[in-house]
Amino acid sequence: MMIGTVPGFPGNQTSLNPVGPAAQHIESEFALIFWITASVYCIVLLALVLYVVRRKHSLGEMPEPLPTDLSSDRRAQRVVGGAMIVTVVLLFTIMVGSFVTGHALGSMNRESAYTIDVYGHQWWWEVHYPNDEPDKTVVTANELHVPVGVPLRIHGTSRDVIHSFWAPNVHGKRDLMPGYDTDIVMQVDQPGRFRGQCAEYCGEQHAHMSFYMVAESKQQFNQWLEDQAKSSFEPVSQQTVRGQQVFLSHACVMCHTIRGTAAGSRVGPDLTHLASRQTIAAGVLPNTTGSLAKWILNAQSIKPGCRMPPNQMSGNELRDLVAYLETLK
Amino acid sequence: MKPIAFISILATALVLAGCKREQRVFDPGPSGSKIANGVAVNEVHAGGPLTVPDHGAYDQSAYAVGEGKRLFSAFNCVGCHNHGGGGIGPALMDAEWIYGSHPEQIYSSIVQGRPDGMPSFAGKIPDYQVWELVAYVRSLSGQLPADVAPGRSDEIQVKKAEQAKKEEHPPDETPQPMEKEKP
Repeated sequence: MMIGTVPGFPGNQTSLNPVGPAAQHIESEFALIFWITASVYCIVLLALVLYVVRRKHSLGEMPEPLPTDLSSDRRAQRVVGGAMIVTVVLLFTIMVGSFVTGHALGSMNRESAYTIDVYGHQWWWEVHYPNDEPDKTVVTANELHVPVGVPLRIHGTSRDVIHSFWAPNVHGKRDLMPGYDTDIVMQVDQPGRFRGQCAEYCGEQHAHMSFYMVAESKQQFNQWLEDQAKSSFEPVSQQTVRGQQVFLSHACVMCHTIRGTAAGSRVGPDLTHLASRQTIAAGVLPNTTGSLAKWILNAQSIKPGCRMPPNQMSGNELRDLVAYLETLK
Repeated sequence: MKPIAFISILATALVLAGCKREQRVFDPGPSGSKIANGVAVNEVHAGGPLTVPDHGAYDQSAYAVGEGKRLFSAFNCVGCHNHGGGGIGPALMDAEWIYGSHPEQIYSSIVQGRPDGMPSFAGKIPDYQVWELVAYVRSLSGQLPADVAPGRSDEIQVKKAEQAKKEEHPPDETPQPMEKEKP
């Protein structure tokens, strides 16, 4: 239905390219408001242009006062009154549409939904996949893998200030409050990578606080989950063994976790499977050798104010460390 | 415009011009971000009083003290010292200091570690973060001016904010001249 959508906006970070029922409801409401306001705008402009065209021979002259009598008064009353009724009806249509959308979003099935925990941090996203068996709980960062066609319950909160979870292709914005749990029910119906962004100003690097929602088939998702639940790879080559030593003997170990090693801090993102992620620093840099090295040496030159301190190490140490991090698939 | 309105707008503008935004140092440069390794601290100071190295930037900056407060939880200082009240480790909000209350003494307690439980953080945290922790630890006993000390906690409030803490006087430390000027 043409009226239900606004066509012509592909992209992986737009509410006009919905990939799930929740976003579809939101887009329908947007389309309703868009088409109503766009038609009113065009009608008003058209009326203005017609009037100017009809009176163009008398432009520049003082207009004659309009002759009024009882019947022209009544006609003017009817026209103005009619326009007012149309305006009220349209505004009510928008209002009722918005109630219907809100109700549809609120009544999405949360009982059978798959739960994912999301924690907002300054300035990154911590993602947990809880499991009844604690050793199968998966912790990752800035990348939400989700199964296609399954209702999802995003159970969100914040670890510091107010953040807002927003993946426009999938759902609307929802604030994450410190000390308060928020539930968002959503579903993704198409596989793909959809970009999300913090939508509530949360400090210096708010704009650099993005994440990716990676929707994949149930089978691929379960495989991914199984891989993520494993411990980190043991370093094999001499270089990566040295790299692990660098990690454990430098400041890294104060804030990061690599499961399977002595590093178990929860201040920064879990790095157990860092190399399986496509970006680092909350979507700021592609996960490449160069950007890892740059980020480790001086994250403050990339994301000033972020919690990652500048780290001084020799070229060899850095090379070994990055080589080790790149084995953490 | 009425002259009175004009004058009050001008006066407001002049007053606002006097405001200064605190500069936040995100990148402390090579010297600040070097990893803190053992420093020698003298308990006895031959030939005059202790000269205090330049750490003023940290205990004069609300941002640095706030970061210190965050790191105090992040690095699990709270695990032993709680939020200043002590527990496994000694309390940090009173006037008693086993290893000294001067900034550089607290610095070495953190970096070198102390017997019976205080771990050494040498080689693990950058210099500037140690100084941020030092500044925060001193604010716990009211050693920092109120405009620098943190104003509220995210945890359950069991004590007054650092900002409202009355200054404790460690026996070996003369009160800051700033405190004396208070009415």
